[in-house]
Amino acid sequence: MKFVDEFRDADKAHALAARIAALCEPGRQYKLMEVCGGHTHTIYKHGLEDYLPESITLVHGPGCPVCVIPMGRVDDAMALASEPDVIMTSFGDMMRVPGSHGSFFDAKAAGTDIRMVYSPLDSLKIARNNPDKRVVFMAIGFETTAPSTAMTIMRAAAENLPNFSVFCNHVTIIPAIKAILDSPDLRLDGFIGPGHVSTVIGCRPYEFIARDYGKPVVTAGFEPLDILQSIYMLMLQLSEGRSVVENQYSRVVPWDGNVTALKVIGETMELRPYFEWRGLGFISHSALSVREKYARFDAELLFDVPGVRVADPKACQCGEVLKGVLKPWECKVFGTACTPETPIGTCMVSPEGACAAYYNYGRMNRNRVKEAVTIEVGRP
Amino acid sequence: MTEAGWVEQALREHDEHHEHHEHHEHDAPPGRGRDQVPDREQQVLDRIDRARRRRPRVREERITMSHGAGGKATATLIEAIFLDAFRNPLLEPLEDAASIPVGAARMALTTDSYVVSPLFFPGGDIGELAINGTVNDLAVSGATPLYLSAGFILEEGFPVADLARIAESMRTAAAAAGISVVTGDTKVVQRGKADGCYINTAGVGLLERDVPLGVAHARSGDAIIVSGPIGDHGVTIMLARGELDIEADVQSDTAPLNGLVAGLLDAVPGVRAMRDATRGGVATILNEIAKSADVGVLVNEDDIPVRPEVRGAAELLGIDPMYVACEGRLIAVVAGDQADQALAALRTHPLGAQASVIGHVTDGPPGIVHLKTAFGGTRIVDLLVGDPLPRIC
Repeated sequence: MKFVDEFRDADKAHALAARIAALCEPGRQYKLMEVCGGHTHTIYKHGLEDYLPESITLVHGPGCPVCVIPMGRVDDAMALASEPDVIMTSFGDMMRVPGSHGSFFDAKAAGTDIRMVYSPLDSLKIARNNPDKRVVFMAIGFETTAPSTAMTIMRAAAENLPNFSVFCNHVTIIPAIKAILDSPDLRLDGFIGPGHVSTVIGCRPYEFIARDYGKPVVTAGFEPLDILQSIYMLMLQLSEGRSVVENQYSRVVPWDGNVTALKVIGETMELRPYFEWRGLGFISHSALSVREKYARFDAELLFDVPGVRVADPKACQCGEVLKGVLKPWECKVFGTACTPETPIGTCMVSPEGACAAYYNYGRMNRNRVKEAVTIEVGRP
Repeated sequence: MTEAGWVEQALREHDEHHEHHEHHEHDAPPGRGRDQVPDREQQVLDRIDRARRRRPRVREERITMSHGAGGKATATLIEAIFLDAFRNPLLEPLEDAASIPVGAARMALTTDSYVVSPLFFPGGDIGELAINGTVNDLAVSGATPLYLSAGFILEEGFPVADLARIAESMRTAAAAAGISVVTGDTKVVQRGKADGCYINTAGVGLLERDVPLGVAHARSGDAIIVSGPIGDHGVTIMLARGELDIEADVQSDTAPLNGLVAGLLDAVPGVRAMRDATRGGVATILNEIAKSADVGVLVNEDDIPVRPEVRGAAELLGIDPMYVACEGRLIAVVAGDQADQALAALRTHPLGAQASVIGHVTDGPPGIVHLKTAFGGTRIVDLLVGDPLPRIC
């Protein structure tokens, strides 16, 4: 298939893998973090680690929108959804995220009106068709999805829609990366930069990582060859002792980002003084709320939101996984008490979550599988 | 109370099992060197494997859409609720149809309900699906389908013209499959209590051949064959709902498979099992093979036939075609040395023209399906969790 197969070409992957291996200094270990959950998903879905030498470890980062939502916010959303005459709309990813009293799916099964939408604009359609109901859109995600929420708010304002509001949980990527860089328990050699976020914010905001922390950053696309090429570009910088921001995903990511998208975010949203991230705790200026100008679309003002902070279940180590300190399988409850069908932590919920990706695609002993595949290929 | 009850429950169970096995891990002889201890990741994998073999329990308090998706939740519901309630040797294999002795003969009996939305879609409608689905469950069990029942649950206000259209297409499908609908039932429920029309069909067929078929018979070296391009039906239904603003030239693959199956069984003595890849798609069938026979399964992504239109739509929607339903495709497990024979037999039939060997049964880690990706990497293919496409059949 055009525009897909070119980016999954096994021959090119072999060639790149050979170059990457050649750049590894003997005895040196490399830890590269892919910030974005979409990358984690691609890496596992295509078995990309098979191409990497043992000295390169990919560390999964915090860029998974539903993974970073703290339990208290899920409970807040649930409280909103159960208000009289409310229709809650949400992206599919959010449906299975557990709050203290079950997930949206559980609430839906118990009769709460929660509907899955593919775009926030679909919520407007629902609001127009149900004038006697109050429609609340559960807005989540990084700068990637914030513009579409912003557009929806602006559209609602233009139409003067009285029964639509947004429960805003949008977060920003840079403070999270900074929190990881400042975290004492992790040593990283470089970053595979988040591609989708960068289509909006561009590459410039990462420059401090290269300049102040001396770590190379390569903004990467989401096909497996994109990621492999980005790893090659990072290894090349490391081998030459350079640390700059490079853009592998230049076919989509403009260096200065998407100014129109940034403008609509700025028009409708402003930075919160602080916001709680699951596993990472409170991070200042790391999330967005609806601007006062659009207050009539801000569910946090329209409804009585409990806003109670809820601690994660004790055994859950999502925070360590999100920071890349723990591999998914190193979490105490991974795969036994916490599975995709009964997730305890958010990392096990979203297909972009590191735990879900490892459980669904990567749950295997690579050495043993390599043997099996080799035998299979040799079969007459 | 800050934690849901089930979280505490899950953690308690986890601790019990954990402690139990921790003991075993400490039981290793004191002199054992560190090198011989399996690495930590492998220990975790082994622990997960044990957890997965535990008796499934339904943790939810209410039925969710996942319970109908054909994936893990469905399997759990069936094993924990229905199998427990009805347990008997004929039910226990959980094949597509039960094999029952009637006098000297053996019959196959199966039933299936149809709640597809929309009722009419490119390439078929609910009526055709209701005939073909049940015919196929009988056919892949090795039976010659003979007679079907049809039960209708109709919503007040449903257009009679639509019902007549559905009945007509059932008549055509029955004739094509060479079966008769010999008994039926009709119920009407109040407006809003059903979605137009639901159909249940049950079918009986005659088991004339003396080949024991079942996914539990798969063994290392067997070839796994799919009879044609996968995912057409599921993608068609999804696009037919018009919610996604995607258009593609796809239509449902709904078709009766009894002719194709008869040709395969006539030509190949070494057929071990067949399944029609409906809800949960090919991935689910592969997992059933791996689990039932306690074998490994290795498939090659490059060898799995998927139409470009289906692949394109699935890519856009972020869905893996391996999990998308077909209504006229089967997966066959065939002795490795008869794979070519089986392919040749399938390809003589129009429904099997694009049949392909997609992988093999291996002595790899039992119960696990591995996929060699087109990109050249390896990953596992697990049962589906959740439901990306509800009500496709």
